[in-house]
Amino acid sequence: MAEDLPTPSASPPPAANTACGTCVFNNAAQLRALGVDVSGHDHVVALAGNPNTGKSTVFNALTGLRQHVGNWPGKTVTGAEGGFGYRQRHYKLIDLPGTYSLLSDSQDEDVARDFLLFGQPDVTVVVVDATRLQRNLNLVLQILQVTGRVVVALNLVDEAHRHGLALDQRHLARELGVPVVPMTARNRQGLDTLLEAIEQVALGTVATRARRVRHGDDRTEHAVSELAARLRRDHPGLANTRWIALRLLEGDPGIERAVTDGTLDRLSGATPHAVSSETTGT
Amino acid sequence: MASTATTLDRLRRDQTATVTSVNIHGPQRRRLMDLGMLPGTRIHIDRVSPLGDPTAYLVRGSVIALRREQARGIHITVEQE
Amino acid sequence: MTSSSILDHAARLRDGLPEGFRDEVVESLYSDAARITETSVTERHDGTKLTLDRLLDRALTHRVWGFVAMGLLFFGVFWFTISGAAGPSSLLSNVLVDYGHSRLHALVAPLPTPDWVTGLLLDGVYLSTAWVVAVMLPPMAIFFPLFTLLEDFGYLPRVAFNLDRLFAKAGAHGKQSLSMMMGYGCNAAGVTATRIIDSRRERLIAIITNNFSVCNGRWPTLILMGTIFIGALAPPALAGVIAAASVVTVAFLGVLVTLLVSWTLSKTVLRGHSSTYSLELPPYRPPKVWRTLYTSLIDRTLKVLRRAVVMAAPAGAVVWLISNVTIADASIAAHLVGALDPLGWVLGLNGIILLAYLVAIPANEIIIPTILMLTMTLGTNLFDAQQGVMLELGTAQTHTVLTQAGGWTLLTAVNLMLFSLLHNPCSTTILTIWNETKSPKWTTVATLLPIGLGFAVTGLTATVARLAGWA
Repeated sequence: MAEDLPTPSASPPPAANTACGTCVFNNAAQLRALGVDVSGHDHVVALAGNPNTGKSTVFNALTGLRQHVGNWPGKTVTGAEGGFGYRQRHYKLIDLPGTYSLLSDSQDEDVARDFLLFGQPDVTVVVVDATRLQRNLNLVLQILQVTGRVVVALNLVDEAHRHGLALDQRHLARELGVPVVPMTARNRQGLDTLLEAIEQVALGTVATRARRVRHGDDRTEHAVSELAARLRRDHPGLANTRWIALRLLEGDPGIERAVTDGTLDRLSGATPHAVSSETTGT
Repeated sequence: MASTATTLDRLRRDQTATVTSVNIHGPQRRRLMDLGMLPGTRIHIDRVSPLGDPTAYLVRGSVIALRREQARGIHITVEQE
Repeated sequence: MTSSSILDHAARLRDGLPEGFRDEVVESLYSDAARITETSVTERHDGTKLTLDRLLDRALTHRVWGFVAMGLLFFGVFWFTISGAAGPSSLLSNVLVDYGHSRLHALVAPLPTPDWVTGLLLDGVYLSTAWVVAVMLPPMAIFFPLFTLLEDFGYLPRVAFNLDRLFAKAGAHGKQSLSMMMGYGCNAAGVTATRIIDSRRERLIAIITNNFSVCNGRWPTLILMGTIFIGALAPPALAGVIAAASVVTVAFLGVLVTLLVSWTLSKTVLRGHSSTYSLELPPYRPPKVWRTLYTSLIDRTLKVLRRAVVMAAPAGAVVWLISNVTIADASIAAHLVGALDPLGWVLGLNGIILLAYLVAIPANEIIIPTILMLTMTLGTNLFDAQQGVMLELGTAQTHTVLTQAGGWTLLTAVNLMLFSLLHNPCSTTILTIWNETKSPKWTTVATLLPIGLGFAVTGLTATVARLAGWA
């Protein structure tokens, strides 16, 4: 379906394509950590990822804050906020709770999911543990169902290397349809490329072509499409209709609440860039 | 090479098995799948807690500890040497 | 309404779908992830090697060495904290309390300020704040970084793994051991950390029992009692070790109480099966030592210290006021202590200790200074203490004050250690419990249950000790 191909609507001429845009030397020098100052930001960036993947490390590296990084799953239970500047723009960074998925029913996952869905960040950086790629990709694929404006930060590549794992990040980027940035956040390696990718996705200068998974058998696929069409009719301009449709079919109480309390109505009138990904197609 | 069907709690330390199905429902099933416990996944015991339970399994490169009653819900076939 | 009809529409479509479609949807995502992974990752050599991780885990989760290592690590952390903090603490107190306080007095002396103003500000607010800084900063500056290093290294999940069976037997969630450990730093943080537990029943158990993790504000009390009353019983060479051992014993007792209370709750008011869970044991990561030292010093230590100071300053004023405002020939403090003394006696404590715990609800950190100050002004005046002035004394002098002016015995010290473990949470923690549960009932239970236990346990030890003729 056409709507499955998010084409960032905002913004000017596509510059150089980028998943491989590692070219600019030492961009990190242009990073301005702004700590807790999130005033007057141009873009909102969400930071998602499995627990214990170095999400907090990335957060700290970008914002200059010192959120404690613990080596145990579930360390970050509350979302932190910080700001950073890169080139001419200010970004507000939201550190979402570390989650394995968006589909279970725990409190931390609800926080992450609700923000991605209803907070409509301009860019979502998914921090991925390169040594446990499969498990981390589960989350990436689920997030790609919600938003296409994603940058995958492939963290801990040094550890993967030590464990004898070779990663083909170009292949990964092709498969996922979004930029993949290998990095070692602990040593600030790859930070420059990450910033570059965030900027490009935020400005829409790179076309993310997030893959969508077709669901289950044909009957499911058909039901999802039918309900999604209905949602688009009732709420013109609403993003993520397929995903919302699926959750409604599953009887997700949080999403049902969003339908009844008018959250969806509010979202369908949301800011233009936030709804870009799916409305342009249809 | 023969193989025997059983549940994960019966797996012995020196054996490797393949997950055939996860007979647990609801959010717990999701959680196990989040952690990589999918049909077809190879699994073996990494170590057992000093008090006998839980057991930590090596699943797709991560070490996941499960209590016995959960392991009972995971069906496996044991690879025989 | 369109909204309700969308839900109807969804329900209608759902009826036409196969039973397990929800799982199929999820599984299709997962198998996709598996396929992408297989095509993106190649393993250069097979993973049968015995890595350092494996060796470490073999030792740290060994049925004998695992527990030995756990005991040694925690004992080491406490011992290091106790012995390392002594020097800096006395230095700070020399500077801030002895020197600083008299300098300030000398400075304001020529000014026409009324006595009660200098008394309230210098003897009340300044002294109590200075005391808290001197007593708390050094141990925290050692304890937090050490604990953080263990945390960053990846040791905590191993502890949870080792102890899980006990929690399972107690009907509690396996992750409770993690929130429990956070509680050793700060109970409010520990209560927040229980969010990682999905089931409400088990989360409530974890919240109610978190107070049995001895938080940072209570370490100074334990350490001081352990040092001057229990360590002093041993020959000098062993005093430090014995003192540390007594502190570890109390902390260990806290774990036992946690398990016992969890078990009782899950068998009574919070009945239910312990839900299944899965705990991931992350790989060990060599901690970034310098960065850890820096961040835990700045973040945790100073944050907790700031809170302590903010709480200590008004409490210091309260202490000064109740010691100096006189009603019918005696200060308010004297009246209160008189009223609390009978209960204190039953508990093997005294009225002063109970009053100190009342004043110190906002911050456990000032228990010891408050006790000392009240003891000196209300008991025989040994060191020429003024009303409501917190004095910093050497450990030998503290011992003298407590035994001679306060009439303390070993029983008082032991029961104070027990009471320090078993009493109501501080006000910040109570507030956090309220925020996390939004339940007046459970907030009340979490507040009163520990102090009820504290009364029962100290009352029992006091009675037994008296019957046996030990005290």
